[in-house]
Amino acid sequence: MAVTRGFTGKQREQTEADRLPPGQALTSDFPVLSAGPTPQVKLENWMFTLKHGPQIIARWTWSEFNQLPQSKMTRDIHCVTTWSKYNTAWQGVMVDDILAAAGIDEATAFTLAHGYDDYSTNVPTADLTGGKAMVATLYEGKPITPDHGGPARLVVPHLYFWKSAKWIHTLQFTDRDTAGFWEERGYHMYGDPWREQRYSGD
Amino acid sequence: MATRGASSVIPVTDSPKSPIPPAIRWQKVTINEIDKRTQSVTSFFFTPSQPFSFRAGQHVEVRLTAPNGYRAQRAYSIASAPESRDNIELAIEKLETGEVSPFFHEVAQVGDEIELRGPIGGHFVWQNADGGPILLAGAGSGVAPLMSMIRHHANSNSDVPMLLLLSARSWEDVIFRDELLAFDEKKGAFKLVLTITREAPKRDGDYGRRIDTPMMGEILKRLPSPPKRAFVCGSNPFVTVASEALIGAGVEPGSIRTERYGQ
Repeated sequence: MAVTRGFTGKQREQTEADRLPPGQALTSDFPVLSAGPTPQVKLENWMFTLKHGPQIIARWTWSEFNQLPQSKMTRDIHCVTTWSKYNTAWQGVMVDDILAAAGIDEATAFTLAHGYDDYSTNVPTADLTGGKAMVATLYEGKPITPDHGGPARLVVPHLYFWKSAKWIHTLQFTDRDTAGFWEERGYHMYGDPWREQRYSGD
Repeated sequence: MATRGASSVIPVTDSPKSPIPPAIRWQKVTINEIDKRTQSVTSFFFTPSQPFSFRAGQHVEVRLTAPNGYRAQRAYSIASAPESRDNIELAIEKLETGEVSPFFHEVAQVGDEIELRGPIGGHFVWQNADGGPILLAGAGSGVAPLMSMIRHHANSNSDVPMLLLLSARSWEDVIFRDELLAFDEKKGAFKLVLTITREAPKRDGDYGRRIDTPMMGEILKRLPSPPKRAFVCGSNPFVTVASEALIGAGVEPGSIRTERYGQ
């Protein structure tokens, strides 16, 4: 361990250690991070697509998508840039319900999520199913604002939040784990905040 | 105990379409110089202990460790040029509520060792071979990755048209001011436009207000043709306003790359 001369830091209370992953600090704001300008996606043009490789399995318009079963999920979220936010309240369609609506019993082991900003991120399919993730359309009861990923964003709260792709339009099942946008640029392939999997090799 | 020749850290490369990127390892670096830039921003220069190369615009993480094992890490953009890889400059703004930036501003001294890893990020980058014209827009310490690009441009004797629109509260708050003015005065391919939000501008062609669409429209006319790429870096509200001004002035959204600072 390389101790830094003179550094003590703002050490956390032990009671926080169960809830705040290592290296994170709590914020009450909701910071915005993205690689480019905020895309303005019109609802009449919005489509959500499920794919296996290049093949389209199912596709919904905005009104069709909103008729899928609605669920609510309130979770702590953790950004790789070291902020965490407790009790974020989302509403939308669980990935389980999307798969059921498309008649998919068993998807491939890996998924790439694609957004309208041409961003992509890879998540194992098992981390999207079993009640773990949703395509959210509401935040705290209101439509998600464009800067936070609206009209719809992926929410995978148990992984670092870059995995929760903003402006999502496609979930693409892949046969192998394929690096997404940030993962190709050195971010971790899995991204577990409790194991501090920020960058490749963590 | 590692076995020499063991392959556990070698990335899987059997498919060029889905590379597992190589690991980004921590290394010890030594502070070799501290240079106060403005009232709130000080540059720290680091000598790496292992070879370090990067592209202009990339960032690093630094990690501090307390005697009881508590650690804090933060990301900072590199301000130095990729040509000076043995001397990494980070321009660190002091945030009163922070825990890493106060350490640097109040405790760190020349000769101290910290841990650093990188480079990280391959999106917000520019190399001379990428061409232009290039429009850079920054505010406050958001100038850091843009400064790396500008220094790389100067070191390359580049003829790629490059314009920096830099927003600062006052003349005294312009980080790297003398160096930027010197680059501008060469009357070469690089142009500097300052916009000072809390006092009157000092130079002809500079502005005295926050960035808006009409300003961006005028600035773009100082480039010989529309920008091939625009890089915007600063606080979250600044990046939103500057990106919208670029789009409002007719810049293709897909050509804009952003880096947002802080929380």
